[in-house]
Amino acid sequence: MLEIKNLHATVGGKEILKGINLTVNAGEVHAIMGPNGSGKSTLSYVISGKDGYEVTEGQILYNGIDLTEMEPEIRAAEGVFLAFQYPVEIPGVPNVTFLKEAVNAVRRHRGEDELDAMQFVKMIKAKTEELGIAKDMLKRAVNVGFSGGEKKRNEILQMAVLNPKLAVLDETDSGLDIDALKIVSDGVNQLRSDERAILVITHYQRLLDHIVPDFVHVLAHGKIQRSGGKELAFELEEKGYAEYGVAAE
Amino acid sequence: MVMQMNATQPFVDQFDDVQSRLPGSKLPWLEAFRKAGIEKFSTIGVPTIKTEAWKYTRLPNIDCKEFRSANWENGQVAVNAVAEFLSDALNQIRLVYVNGIIRPDLSNLTNLPDGISFEPLTQALESDPEFIESQLCTEELKYDQGFSALNAAMMESGTIFRVAKGVQVKEPIEIVHMNGVADAPIIGHPHNVFVLEAGSQATLVMRHAGIGTSAYFNNAVTEIVVGDSAILKHYTLQTDCMEAIHLSTVNVRVGKDATYETFNFAIGGRLSRTETRVRLEGRGAHCNLSGAYMMRGREHCDNITIVDHLVPDTTAREVFKGVLDDEARGVFQGKLIVHKYAQRTNGHQLSRALLLSDRAEMDAKPELEIYADDVKCSHGATTGQIDENALFYLRSRGVPEALARNLLIQSFIAEALEEISDEKVREAIAGLVVHWLPADCFSVDEWVQA
Repeated sequence: MLEIKNLHATVGGKEILKGINLTVNAGEVHAIMGPNGSGKSTLSYVISGKDGYEVTEGQILYNGIDLTEMEPEIRAAEGVFLAFQYPVEIPGVPNVTFLKEAVNAVRRHRGEDELDAMQFVKMIKAKTEELGIAKDMLKRAVNVGFSGGEKKRNEILQMAVLNPKLAVLDETDSGLDIDALKIVSDGVNQLRSDERAILVITHYQRLLDHIVPDFVHVLAHGKIQRSGGKELAFELEEKGYAEYGVAAE
Repeated sequence: MVMQMNATQPFVDQFDDVQSRLPGSKLPWLEAFRKAGIEKFSTIGVPTIKTEAWKYTRLPNIDCKEFRSANWENGQVAVNAVAEFLSDALNQIRLVYVNGIIRPDLSNLTNLPDGISFEPLTQALESDPEFIESQLCTEELKYDQGFSALNAAMMESGTIFRVAKGVQVKEPIEIVHMNGVADAPIIGHPHNVFVLEAGSQATLVMRHAGIGTSAYFNNAVTEIVVGDSAILKHYTLQTDCMEAIHLSTVNVRVGKDATYETFNFAIGGRLSRTETRVRLEGRGAHCNLSGAYMMRGREHCDNITIVDHLVPDTTAREVFKGVLDDEARGVFQGKLIVHKYAQRTNGHQLSRALLLSDRAEMDAKPELEIYADDVKCSHGATTGQIDENALFYLRSRGVPEALARNLLIQSFIAEALEEISDEKVREAIAGLVVHWLPADCFSVDEWVQA
């Protein structure tokens, strides 16, 4: 589903990604682990298409199509989803309105009929119940006044309603206490499926206790340094990133 | 600068020319009032950027001699029926003016409740001149600025609105001005007087619509008295056209436990300037002076507020939000003055502008002047651009860029609209925002009611 080939990317003229190779198949969960400054967030932004992140070499093939020249909204409509490390607050816009706008924008792109208010409410109600999300979160302005846990749960709700094929979770565990971490992880696990690929980007191993990956990759200095199974995460937790030339923090 | 100095004389000449034909010319007190006005204006002249309250705003370079007062014929132009602004506006009580001339055929006073008088100034000068005299004539002419003094001299139209003691009207009452449909540039000096007696309540909506393309110059003064425990909600909607100059001076006195709420929404106008001065005169007096403006092209919008906290326990709140595109300019100058005995004053002032273009400009000058020692006052002013992170967030959810930009503009404006306590008016203004935005955006239903 996702095939990254020799990916180089710069931010503000500085090269951050220096030749990434990575293949993720449908049904798989991959974890990218790495220290601060290794290029983890850059990778997630390059996949989702944020302005200012320039691909200078290589390709990001998504079901065989190169994403690199595609607008972020087209990528989203094609099924790429990024759960943000820091979800953005949008005052004055009710969460439910935002979700409806997003769902219908994606449906339009796919040539599907837009959902009317009734259909949408029915769908969103079912999703919130499935994920155990309080209904008042829908009425409030997008992420405004949300706790860290609520913001991340809102990301998972968006993921659930947009139904992506490839989901990238950028430091989803940051700022979460252990209870919130469990709720969010349960949400992600519910969304695991044979048709969907998930890329979990994290600094710490603890998230991977809850979202157990099929593969773990170590990212440092803009390159994948090593790949392995889930046991690699435990090794990193024990030894740190020192052997990849990164000083302990 | 030469232009500004020469700008004064044509207005004086105009006064000499029309004074005998101005309404109420047989009333000696009014004649004296007008004379004091023109003398003051001749002394002060047209404001320049040296005038503090005009620091960032220049009168556009117009040929003042071309502008003349409207005559009866100018008011008889065929216009489409008044566009409904409020959703269920059937039997809406309203006065309608075309090019500044009252149009009884478009107005509706059939449902006017008891205890309310609502009539054009020209009519009130005949029916109740003593009342007008009591409102206008203080020991000394109170106008210390050029254009308000000129208004005192030239006033030829305007609306008198009085609500008797204890009378409470729920439904909004409208004053509609339609301009820009004359065969020559028109200048008007409406003078409004709104008096709410003790314990009364009313909502006034003033709409200024530029419905044609001819130039006009509106120099309005509004005198407002909100009596003890009374509540006035006063909403102004300016949808003036590109050739419009709209100057408005609003003086408000707020009594004990009374509330004055105003919201000024402006889209359009070559120059649109509103100066609101509020005196909180009784304990427990409260005012909310807020507004939103959306300007493009070379439009210019200027909001000036001055609030005097004169007695203890008064509160003031101001939230202004502006969206500026192209080469548009916005100005906010706000001053809260807490006088010596005004303890426990609570004042909050906020101006935020969103620039959509590199050539747009915003000048904001919030000021606090505090002479009491037990007060709670805050102020802030920010100018920024569309938040790129928020834009990316929306786009990463599939929302196309143009729509995402509009949603963020709506999000930005929403904070100001929340200051409007009348739901119908808030919704109607949200509709004007939607109308202003190009192409896709949230519909009013999705945006405000969800």
